[in-house]
Amino acid sequence: MTVVLTLVELDEGVPAETSLEALTLARDIAGQTDSSVSAVVVSDEAAAVADELGDYGVGEVHAVEHERLDSYAPEAWAESVDQVANELDAGAVVAPGSDRGHEVLSHVAARRGVSIAANCLDVDAGEEYEVTRQRWGGTLLEEARLGGDTKFLTSAAHEVGIEPAAEPADPPVHSFSPSLDDDVFRVQVDRYEESEAEGVPLGEARVVVSGGRGVGGPDGYDQLEDLADLLGGAVGASRAAVNEGWRPHDDQIGQTGAKISPKLYIPCGISGAVQHMVGCKGAENILAINTDPEAAIIQKADYAVIADLHDVVPELNETLRETQ
Amino acid sequence: MNTLACVKRVPDTGAKIVLTDDQQGIDTSTLGFTMSPHEECALEEAVQLTEAHGGTATVLTLGSEEADEQLRTGLAMEADDAVLLETDGEEWGPVDTASAIADYVRDADADFDVLLFGNESADAGNYQVGVTVANQLGLPCVTGIKNLDVEDDTVVAKREVSGGEEVYEVELPAVVTVKEGLNEPRYPSVRSKMEAQKQEVPSVQPEHRGADTLERIRLDAPEQEDSEAEILGESADAVDDVVEVLREDLEVL
Repeated sequence: MTVVLTLVELDEGVPAETSLEALTLARDIAGQTDSSVSAVVVSDEAAAVADELGDYGVGEVHAVEHERLDSYAPEAWAESVDQVANELDAGAVVAPGSDRGHEVLSHVAARRGVSIAANCLDVDAGEEYEVTRQRWGGTLLEEARLGGDTKFLTSAAHEVGIEPAAEPADPPVHSFSPSLDDDVFRVQVDRYEESEAEGVPLGEARVVVSGGRGVGGPDGYDQLEDLADLLGGAVGASRAAVNEGWRPHDDQIGQTGAKISPKLYIPCGISGAVQHMVGCKGAENILAINTDPEAAIIQKADYAVIADLHDVVPELNETLRETQ
Repeated sequence: MNTLACVKRVPDTGAKIVLTDDQQGIDTSTLGFTMSPHEECALEEAVQLTEAHGGTATVLTLGSEEADEQLRTGLAMEADDAVLLETDGEEWGPVDTASAIADYVRDADADFDVLLFGNESADAGNYQVGVTVANQLGLPCVTGIKNLDVEDDTVVAKREVSGGEEVYEVELPAVVTVKEGLNEPRYPSVRSKMEAQKQEVPSVQPEHRGADTLERIRLDAPEQEDSEAEILGESADAVDDVVEVLREDLEVL
């Protein structure tokens, strides 16, 4: 029986969400190709998560152990995954749609001189695979044919739903000692530096208030800050506003910035370019404040106020203060 | 220190992306072009490094002759040299693109100390080109970098992770793929734009190996989830209704 090997990352000792998405996609591929799902985990905590991985249909866990793998090293991870895939003669290797997932799989594919299909949503698996994957940060979808003896793909983050297997497995944990040259440790995490940023991070905020070109300048954000404070939220910005130098890039929402998933998103003076919308499509509700009723953001909003944010937001803040 | 920044010409899309009738690409008849945002920062960093440490900064692209426009932008942003790996305009996959860039680097007169790429291109989003170039040249590679310093022969690079940054120290020469936010790309002056137009840009014919194993069938626009927005008002008088919605419908107060 062929194997669909899946790279699983641990986040504080438990499988990361993006890895559970990768496992869900891997199980779909395995079902279509009469294969089993195996997990490769580069961690000495792999045994502790075997039960949970079994819930997602993992039949075997391969725990990569090496004395120098105490911190992340992309090439050493890639070499280890490559060796496990070789030993199992894996038909496919699936990685999560995370920084490390893309990095490690790119290294493995580069060693073999083949392409990866990044950010896949769906796979029709036969001799060749037909994949549906994201382009333009998810603005467009591409159907593509993925060839090669072993198929390499990543799952699109926060798009492939996480589903446990109908029949959970009880996977054995095999320890795997990769053979690693010094060379693969030339890039390795040297240390961590904790963020000094205060307040609610954009990606975790329940309410996000953001401003675009319509804010008119850096001072205009004072009112947006006040509104965010009153709602217990965070402040974001469009790429246009960041390019103007009004806000730091850390505040940017969009394809090349933060992806947010708040309960409520309040874009003020933002037109709604596609690159912006892929950053906020995780929002449950959108309340747009914009002078232009034809702006794209209004088409995507649940509620809208067609007026100047400079009139609406101070008035709103005043009313909220009175009611609190 | 010599630096190389690799950029890609992509359509400058706005509020809506329209596909061509054959669904093989984006209808660009009404669009301008730009370089991918991550790569604009790669280019800026390539220039800043040579301004701080001496040496030359080269901007490179693989694409049709129209991509000359993005190379001129690179020169206007104070890159010293530009080179076009000229194709017939067909989109090349990441493996073939990386092989052509690695060929160029091996043959180039300059020894590049830092090779900069975007973490992923705006359009194809493959993540593979920088890593594959590093692999083919036997160089170390760090990806997704938003903070970069060069001290002597070492690059100190930082990548955002949950709650902070992980720090890498890598010996040069090295490949670095970067994300937007690394720096603030400069706006070229009118003078530097004019000078960039006069500069000679060599064109090289790259070898197309045909090694890529991912082949496009068609592009699709995802199903539109347009919602009918409830218009709460057209002036500041709408505020009472907004508060009502915040409290009753959305329960965020």
